[in-house]
Formats: sequence, structure tokens, C-alpha cells
Amino acid sequence: MSDVSQATIPAPATPADGGKSAGLAGTGDGGPVGKPRSLWSDAWYDLRRNPLFVISAVLILVLLVMAVFPQWFTSASPRTGDLANHFLQQPQYGHFFSPEWLGYDAQGRSIYARLVYGARASVTVGVAVTLMVTLAGGLIGMLAGYFGGWIDSILSRILDVFAGLPFLLGSMVVLNVFDVRTVWIVALALAFLGWTQIARVTRGSVITTKQADYVQAAKALGAGTGRILLRHVLPNAVAPVIVVATIALGGYIAAEASLSFLGIGISPPTVSWGMDVSDGKDQLRNAPFVLITPAVMVSVTVLAFIMLGDAVRNALDPKLR
Amino acid sequence: MTTIDKPAAGPRPSGGADGSPLLEVRDLHVEFHTRDGVAKAVNGVNYAVSAGETLAVLGESGSGKSVTAQAVMGILDMPPGRIPKGEILFRGQDLLKMSGEERRKIRGARMAMIFQDALSSLNPVFTVGYQLGEMYRVHQGLSRKAAKAKAVELMDRVRIPAAKQRVNDYPHQFSGGMRQRIMIAMALALEPDLIIADEPTTALDVTVQAQVMDLLADLQREYNMGLILITHDLGVVADVADKIAVMYAGRIVETAPVHELYKRPAHPYTRGLLDSIPRLDQKGQELYAIKGLPPNLTRIPSGCAFNPRCPKARDVCRTDIPPLLQVTERDGTQLDGRRSACHFWEETIHG
Repeated sequence: MSDVSQATIPAPATPADGGKSAGLAGTGDGGPVGKPRSLWSDAWYDLRRNPLFVISAVLILVLLVMAVFPQWFTSASPRTGDLANHFLQQPQYGHFFSPEWLGYDAQGRSIYARLVYGARASVTVGVAVTLMVTLAGGLIGMLAGYFGGWIDSILSRILDVFAGLPFLLGSMVVLNVFDVRTVWIVALALAFLGWTQIARVTRGSVITTKQADYVQAAKALGAGTGRILLRHVLPNAVAPVIVVATIALGGYIAAEASLSFLGIGISPPTVSWGMDVSDGKDQLRNAPFVLITPAVMVSVTVLAFIMLGDAVRNALDPKLR
Repeated sequence: MTTIDKPAAGPRPSGGADGSPLLEVRDLHVEFHTRDGVAKAVNGVNYAVSAGETLAVLGESGSGKSVTAQAVMGILDMPPGRIPKGEILFRGQDLLKMSGEERRKIRGARMAMIFQDALSSLNPVFTVGYQLGEMYRVHQGLSRKAAKAKAVELMDRVRIPAAKQRVNDYPHQFSGGMRQRIMIAMALALEPDLIIADEPTTALDVTVQAQVMDLLADLQREYNMGLILITHDLGVVADVADKIAVMYAGRIVETAPVHELYKRPAHPYTRGLLDSIPRLDQKGQELYAIKGLPPNLTRIPSGCAFNPRCPKARDVCRTDIPPLLQVTERDGTQLDGRRSACHFWEETIHG
């Protein structure tokens, strides 16, 4: 691949006489050799070579597919139990990925099927909360950071109030209001309390960026506020926000599992790993798999997202290396 | 986005229809409200630039030269900045009385600015071609493709080699001189009437400085633009400027046609600046330096602001602010365009 062979040459160092070197390096119009690299394409280049990123990306990909098409992974239903399969009965472990692979839970439901179907709740909550939090927190943080003054004062005080509420306890209070708690209600409750972190990061990042000369230059060349915000501030301020959001995604999944474990998260019949951990805690000695497997799933998922966030941060901020 | 009616191409009449200058700054005051008090950055500056004319504004850091320019462009951060007094007439219209939107439309299209550090003045996440094209897309509503073609044209005009190959490069892939050319291209894009260049060559090395200044001068002639050149480098000014305004502590202390200022400065501060240029024929001697530091703008000395550092200061300098007066020959003939704000300008120029 020409791409790779070119890539082994370190950094496109442009000597003082930029024109000539481009003439030498480039093979005519738009040749692949002198291909310009932006921050993002540089980051992508680094990411592809980072084993941490590859592992976490593969894990996340599998989880996403599992969340969207659980039937691809198992033929068993996670909700129908046959008490003949109760875990105190003679265990009948089958081959890998068969319904009986990991055994059955107290109600004779396939543990494996429940693991597969549980991915949807976790992934949905994680992604939905992250999206909501990034949009809301990002917008609030950007406005506060860019305009400053009284707008910043008001938004920052609101932010302080929300940041002061304990995240898990707060969401329990919010969720307590609802009798039936769907995935979306849990996601909203988490987002309602979780946007402050992103808002703070965005605000700080925007304040740094808005002082950049190119923002002044854009202003001096007649760009309007909207254009300055979207074209000049946002693309340059978004990197730390993406990093924090990716790492936080794992946190939201863990939060959902914790709430479900406590019985105040997603309510049945939706399958959730947190609930399964809770179900398994009473039979830890007799049937450890009932508890261990969903716990492992939560850990692996959270780990995958945090690893991804780390990899993205390293790629976007070369100084950390 | 808003499209702006482009002024007719080709050589434009000098300044407003009635022959007034292109830009006239009248008694401009700018102050910054800080925790330490009010910093008076600009205290009654007057200057004028006509089309095709180059005015160099000279002064140390903190003399208010950049703040004046920012006030003219309308990119001053307000607050903390405030303009309590003054007029900025652009083609006879007072910019300070215009709405923000009206001013925004003038920026870029009718007047543009070139900044000191071209690397940090270009957005690192977009290609150079995109940023140049942005001028056309925003102000003239051109399509992406047409804007990019225009960008290549512009890069050619500021003599960037292999413009076509380089249009999709990012700012960090260019050398300092090339980047400054791109900034110049961006400022020129819509063929503005006035360009303000804020220390355009300070961040460049000496060999490139001359090239960039030449380019700027050529383009200015070609488009018959007014140019305000802000600098602290007396060497840069000499070849390019028509007239010079020397600023100190937010005031203009001397104005003169460029060569006369070098020959016979009429203000001790200007003399000090000229004397502090290293000269080959004075090798081995101690280099002259104006003693002391520029004044703190929250506590500008009474009288002439330069008096604590002035070798010729007398009692009157500590009490009375010297007005910017016409400078004359010994026999009383007026020297065109020469003014000095020194109580003892006669001694300074003739002594």
C-alpha cells in the first residue's frame, strides 16, 4: 500500500521553501504522496496503529452488533424460562454459544441469552446519555465560554447547582418518580444530572480557543458570530470534549448497571445486566455464573469505552506521549 | 449568508467622493477598565489615510498603536475596552455610529487586517484553500468549487509557488513567509479599500521580511489601497511608507513624511528611537537606548508622557501636555505634514 510506505516517513516537514518541496514531493495534481494531513487524519493514522484502540474498537463493534441484532448471537429467548432448567438441577453445559453454554438462572432462563440481550439496554443508555449530555452540555458550555459576561455567570451558576447534586443519588430520586422505567427514562435521568462535566470541559476549551488569533482574524475579515462559533471555535475546541465524552460513556453504562442492581434502574421485562447481577447475588455460592457473567460483561464494556477514550486522547493530544 | 455588493473593480477614486481621505481617525480615545483602574490606551489620536497611501504607525509595545487599529477594525474586546470619545470616518461615515452588523459587512470586504503571527492567525483544522475560499463563500455566496478556484488564483497572486498543488495543504505545512503571504491573500481577497497590517513582518526572519514588505507594497500599488502599517521596526518602514506617525503612551507625538523623519526628527522620542538602531559605522561604541520603560497606562505621567525618560525634559514638560503643533523651518516656512508634540521641537529639529 502506497499509503503505508509513505506513512513511515516521519512528519511532513515542510522546509522554508514550501513551494519547491511540495513540487518535489507531490506527484502532479493531488498525487497521493504529498497528501496533506489534518489534525483529524493524523489522529486517525495514530489510532489505527494503536493496539489499545483496535482491541477496544473490536469489542465495542461486537457489543453494538449484539445490541442491534441479538438474535444473531443466540436462538434462545432471554425472557422464557423453563424451571426444569433451574440452576439447582443437574447442570447440562453445552457447546460454546449454545443457550445452555453458561447454564441457567433461578428461573431457568438461559444466562447466555440474557447476556446477549442485556447489551441493548447498556449500549442504548450509554450512547443516548452521551449524545444528550454532549449536545446539551456542549451547547451550554460553548455559549458560556464564548460569550462570557452575564451569560457565563448565569449558565455557570446553573451548572454549579447541577454539579452539586450527587449523580447516582440524584438519579435515584428522579427515577423514583416513575413506576415503569424504560431505557429512555433512565437515560434522561442520567443525562439530566450528567451534563455538567461536559459543559465544564467545553466551556474551558472554548475560552482557550476564542482567544486564538485566528478567531480575531476571522472577526477582522468579517465573519459573523455563528460562523466564528461553528467554523473556528467549535472544530478547534471539540477534541477534549470528545475524549471526555468517550470516557464518560463507560461511566454511564456502569451507572445504569448500578441503578438496575439497586432495583431503581430499568424495570423488567427489559433485560439489563445490572438486574441480572442483582438476581445472582443471592445464589452466589450455588450458581456463581448467574452473577459473575453479567458483572464481567459490564466491566468489559466499561473498560472498552474507557480504553477507546484513552486512545482517542493520546491521538488528539500528541504532547501526552 | 449575507452577500455584499462589491465595489466596482479597477482604480478607485481617492477616498470619499468629495476628496476627503479614505480613513480619518479623529480624537480617538480608548480605555480599558481593569481591576487596577482605567488604562488609557489611546488618548486622542488623529490620523488620516488616503487611497494608495501608506501610513506607518510607529511605537513601542503598549503605545496604543495596535489598539487604535483594533478600534478602527471594530474587533476591540468591549468590555473591557471602551471608546469614550472620538470618530472613525471611513469614506466619510462614522464607523462608531454604525450597528454591529453594518460594521461586520465592512470588515473583510472594505477593510481588512493582517496579523503579526500568521500561523496562529490561520485556523489549524482547515486547509488553506478552504480558508481563502471562505472569504468568497461568505461575502459573495460563491460555490465551494468556484471559491477554491479563486483561492488558487489568490495564492498565485501573492506568489506562492505551486499554488494549485498546495491549495489543499494545512497552515502548518507552510513556512512562515508563505503563511504570511496567505494571510495577505486572505486580506486582499475581496479587494478592500483599506488594509491594516499589524506588525506583518515581526514574526518573520530578515530575509523574508523584505520579500513580504515588497509584496505588500506592490499589491497596494496595484489595487490603489490605503495601507496602515503598524510596526516598531524603523527599518521596515523606510522603503514602504509615505508618512509616519510616531505614537507614545496613546498619543501621536510626531508625524512626518517618511524620509524627513529619518533626517530630522522633531521629537526627542523619535530621536531616541532612531539612535537606538544598531549601526555598522558605530561598531564598538555603546548602543544608545532610551532609558526607563514605557509608562503604565493606568498612571500616565502628568504633562508630556515622555518626560520621565526624556533627556531634555524641563519643568514645563511635567505640567503641560504639549499639543501636536505644526513644525516650521527656522525662517517660519511650514514643513508639509510635519507636526510634533514637544514643547521644544524647535531645539530638537534645528539644534
